[in-house]
Amino acid sequence: MRRVYLDNNATTPIAPEVLEAMLPFYRDNFGNPSSIHAFGREVKVAIDEAREQVAALLGAAAEEIVFTSSGTEADNLAIKGTAHALRGKGQHIITCKIEHPAVLNTCKHLEKEGFKVTCLPVDEYGMIRLEELAGAITDETILITIMHGNNEIGTIQPIEEISRIARERCIRFHTDAVQSLGKVPIIVQELGIDLLSLSAHKLHGPKGIGALYVKKGLKLQPILHGGHQERGQRAGTENVAGIVALGRACQLAAQHMADEAKNLSGLRDGLFEGLQERIPRVKLNGHPTKRLPTTLNCSFYGIEGESLLMNLDLAGVAVSTGSACSSGSIEPSHVLVALGLPPQLYQGSLRFSFSRYNTQDDIDYILDILPPIVERLRKMSPFWKE
Amino acid sequence: MTNKLGPYSDKVMDHFMNPRNMGEMEDPDGLGEVGNPVCGDVMRLYLRIKDGIILDAKFKTFGCGAAIATSSMVTEMLKGKTIEEAKKITNQAVAEALDGLPPVKMHCSVLAEEGLEAAISDYERKKGQIS
Repeated sequence: MRRVYLDNNATTPIAPEVLEAMLPFYRDNFGNPSSIHAFGREVKVAIDEAREQVAALLGAAAEEIVFTSSGTEADNLAIKGTAHALRGKGQHIITCKIEHPAVLNTCKHLEKEGFKVTCLPVDEYGMIRLEELAGAITDETILITIMHGNNEIGTIQPIEEISRIARERCIRFHTDAVQSLGKVPIIVQELGIDLLSLSAHKLHGPKGIGALYVKKGLKLQPILHGGHQERGQRAGTENVAGIVALGRACQLAAQHMADEAKNLSGLRDGLFEGLQERIPRVKLNGHPTKRLPTTLNCSFYGIEGESLLMNLDLAGVAVSTGSACSSGSIEPSHVLVALGLPPQLYQGSLRFSFSRYNTQDDIDYILDILPPIVERLRKMSPFWKE
Repeated sequence: MTNKLGPYSDKVMDHFMNPRNMGEMEDPDGLGEVGNPVCGDVMRLYLRIKDGIILDAKFKTFGCGAAIATSSMVTEMLKGKTIEEAKKITNQAVAEALDGLPPVKMHCSVLAEEGLEAAISDYERKKGQIS
């Protein structure tokens, strides 16, 4: 059976070049980078090189990169690390409703510690409103954390404007760029970003390795206590193979990004146009233009997402849904709910997410098999009238 | 590629992909509509009843695989039953007839039991009005 993987926002396949780069560090180069002897030194060199590669993709300096175990850990370090370091200055944090749970639940946790959190709403496209952000700032505000590109709908926030507002009020600005890095250009200095989270497995690297960009001079209180690794900002013996892989993945992303963005947004828009031609009442979720080239989220009125997803799975196609009754969750997507969609739409959403390994053939296959599935499920639906 | 569709039994998959008694019914003797799109499932159950026996059952369901499969199964279980027998069908019985549902999906089978209760009480209400 044909298999099509269109769930790259969940995770991406490891690039062969990345796998090749990391394997020696599981076989021969097993040294501890903190060791002074040759076994340690050769590994230390590889980590330094990877740090340069990650920094290069962001337009940052190598010493501004802190490796972590995941994007989630990077978010935790940025948010808790700032909150605990700046507690004496103020106890207010601003975020928004469509953040990844790694940000939302970290903020919720801080609320229990006594911090105040403002969670900004978004418009129908998933954009925050800058005037609401400005209006939410108080003398107590120490951190603004707003994601770069949304993982479910792909909407890209006005990062430059947000950072300008933050800078004018001397507030730190963190952005979760896990889904955006390597898909669209992100130069931290140009965008005025203080802290940025990223993760390897979203850009053809392995799981279990991420990083936080920390602008030079910013103090964070560590969340892990132990050794001196990562300049004291993240204790624990380094995940050397993972770090090397992340570096190589960033290098590949830098090489391919421009071509890929063009190619993938073509596939993305071609798929949506094809679906619209073949299926009535399909709605795009997310911003029509300010959106990651990798992400298409749309709703099929009157049917439920998990039943769509299962039918696609039977046909060899992997996608995601924001419906309540999927993957062990009983809550619908907080992102689609925040857009103000009615339940007949937010329950019937599919997310198609692309990577450099997708082709026009994949799109043609979806356009062949999906319309009859939608038609069949709509016939079963009490909400659908011919 | 074992366990291809994760948590569901073959029987659930069969009723999900080939639902029995799917469709509408004109002038049903009993009609129940239960659930809420906010929660992700809505079921409409139609019953044809004569002399206290359920002759036919049809359904329309908006919901996940488990909701569609339990809707299909409950219509099969209802046919030929008396009203008293039908009232005794529980969501557990429907789930068991499907060789079980994963724990997180048991709430979907409640829809079938509620649909059945609503359709029978609609029938009894209509009958009460006539006699």
